[in-house]
Amino acid sequence: MIQVRKLVKRFGLKTVLRGLDFEVQPGEFVALLGPNGAGKTTFLRILASLSRPSLGDVTVAGHRLPGEAAAVRARLGVVSHLPLLYGDLTAEENLRFYARMYNITNHETRITEVLEMVGLENRHRDLVRTYSRGMQQRLAIGRAVLHDPDVMLFDEPYTGLDQDASSMLDEVLKTVAAEGRTVVMTSHDLARAEDLATRFDILSRGVIAASASREQLRQSNLLSFYKEALAG
Amino acid sequence: MEQKPVALKALDALSVILLGITVYLALVFAPTEAVMGDVQRVFYIHVATAWVGMLGFIAAIIPAVVYLRTQNLKWDRVEVAAIEISVVFFFLAIVLGSIWARPAWNTWWKWEPRLTTAAITELLYIAYFMLRQGIDDPDRRARFGAVYTLVAAVSVPITFMSIRWIDRTLHPVVIGGSNPGAEGGFAMTADMRIAFFFALFSFTVIFVDLFWNRIRLGELQEKVEQLKLKVTM
Amino acid sequence: MTVKITEKNRVETVQLSKVGGRNYSNFLRAVGAVVWKDLQAEFRSRELFTAMLVFSLLIILIFNFALDLDIQTRRSVTAGVLWSTFTFAGTIGLNRSMAIEKDRGCLDGLLLAPVDRSAIYFGKVLSNLAFMLIVEVIVLPIYSILYNTNLLQPGLLGVILLGSIGYVAVGTLLSTMSVQTRTRDILLPILLFPVVIPVVIAAVQASNGILTGAEASEIRPWINLLVAYNVIFLAVAFMLFDYVVEE
Repeated sequence: MIQVRKLVKRFGLKTVLRGLDFEVQPGEFVALLGPNGAGKTTFLRILASLSRPSLGDVTVAGHRLPGEAAAVRARLGVVSHLPLLYGDLTAEENLRFYARMYNITNHETRITEVLEMVGLENRHRDLVRTYSRGMQQRLAIGRAVLHDPDVMLFDEPYTGLDQDASSMLDEVLKTVAAEGRTVVMTSHDLARAEDLATRFDILSRGVIAASASREQLRQSNLLSFYKEALAG
Repeated sequence: MEQKPVALKALDALSVILLGITVYLALVFAPTEAVMGDVQRVFYIHVATAWVGMLGFIAAIIPAVVYLRTQNLKWDRVEVAAIEISVVFFFLAIVLGSIWARPAWNTWWKWEPRLTTAAITELLYIAYFMLRQGIDDPDRRARFGAVYTLVAAVSVPITFMSIRWIDRTLHPVVIGGSNPGAEGGFAMTADMRIAFFFALFSFTVIFVDLFWNRIRLGELQEKVEQLKLKVTM
Repeated sequence: MTVKITEKNRVETVQLSKVGGRNYSNFLRAVGAVVWKDLQAEFRSRELFTAMLVFSLLIILIFNFALDLDIQTRRSVTAGVLWSTFTFAGTIGLNRSMAIEKDRGCLDGLLLAPVDRSAIYFGKVLSNLAFMLIVEVIVLPIYSILYNTNLLQPGLLGVILLGSIGYVAVGTLLSTMSVQTRTRDILLPILLFPVVIPVVIAAVQASNGILTGAEASEIRPWINLLVAYNVIFLAVAFMLFDYVVEE
């Protein structure tokens, strides 16, 4: 679903990603872990077609970036730590707006369905401005799955959420993953990632330093695997 | 530290010599203008500085376009070099223009199309540098800089034209119109023409010299940054 | 294209029309969506509109005392006062309109949609233009009442429309840049004003001509200039907008 070969990303003189290789099979849920400043967000923004690679090949959902960005965007759902929602619109209106941008024809039924899925069906006529952080984040996920994407990217979705909101988000994420979508999620919260992901990749010094599936990891625990990868 | 290329050194020397000759031609060789007297001599340098300002303004367009196509920061340095030179020379042109305007039109400043356009261009440049200063990411800085350079390049000719039209349509032709310096104008003698065209020529060479030096300086700056980065890593 | 998905043990279909193509109706739909979204949000909060309108009235108030707008002076400065007002009030509108996109990361949301970037540009141009025109249409009768003149003349309205288009065409491009800088609160007027000087010149001259009952032949060059400026800058912004939003 995602193939990345020798990806390099520079910001001026600073090289953030140094020849990164990365591959995700359909249906995998990959947790991308790493310390702050390792380049997780940068990497995800490149996969999301929001940032151009300096060098290297990136293919998402069968289309190359940045050349076929429009085709990638149509099959991609992105959730970042910002909700990407308009405060002065209601939840329903936000979704209706994005439905038009994605050219979804039966949007009214789809919007109801999505609101139900993220558990906001009772608040759909309230302004997003009045939502709590957790509700905004759930609606942001609703926004991202609206056009039924094959690939989903989550950039630190738990940022700023309290315990309750986090566990509700867990449920939503599990639903999303259960629908057979391919998911890449960055996080610095190992416990959350351990709950959800089927594979764990450690991003360090601009490359994937280590990668292990849930099965491979069964013997050791995630924390020691993480620490080893960063030390190595 | 790499050596300065020989060609550039030669060009530096040539520029200094040409500047010397230009000053001689303007201040000594050219005859004193009958009506305005010696102050008219500033005219040779004034036009030459404005000319360099314009060269820089036009020269910035090409790297801006190429940068947007290639996203190679090298072109951003070329663009900045051209604009920096243009800023300085337009400023000189405006100041010298005022010095010339004082005896010619009896005022320091006249809202004359060329002078006003030069001033507006200076303001555009200030905006350009403020824009760049507000951006940390070098790629974005270069991108926005190139976009603004192109927007400015399109707007300045229109601005010049519209300021000229004000004179044509609403006011009687006070100054300018198609005939530059209708008031304070003068006919050039052959010697004046020599001084005038020589000044244009030598300032063009000076422009090339400065441009080259400034681009080289940009490259060295980048190298220093790179070395600094290596040391801290 | 129809995709089957399973969701909570339920089969539902999401119908996507063919996406990714650059066809005309897709483009217009995206432009429409952006405009609708901006107007809907503004209709609810009225933040932008209120700020622009109050600001406009305050500028007129200041001009009133600064220029001592008696009957004689008024005749010659009305066009100037109007366009200064629109120019200044326009920047707060543009600033706010783009800040909304930046606030909750919405600009990224727009960019993630499979639509042409220029659709986003034209959508923002149309909604910014709508805000500006609404404010102008309210300022004109108020000015007319305050100074006992009639500014609601078709010719003047046409000039205001043309001038506003040019102003917004450049303003939308530049405000998209300025909100992405550290100095976003102060940068827009500095970037914008030197570029829109031709609009101000032409609009003031044309408005003056109309208000003083000048010959059509004197006004027409300015109208032509405004039209040319609008065409040129809409084209320039159309070509450059990608570089302002894409990384």
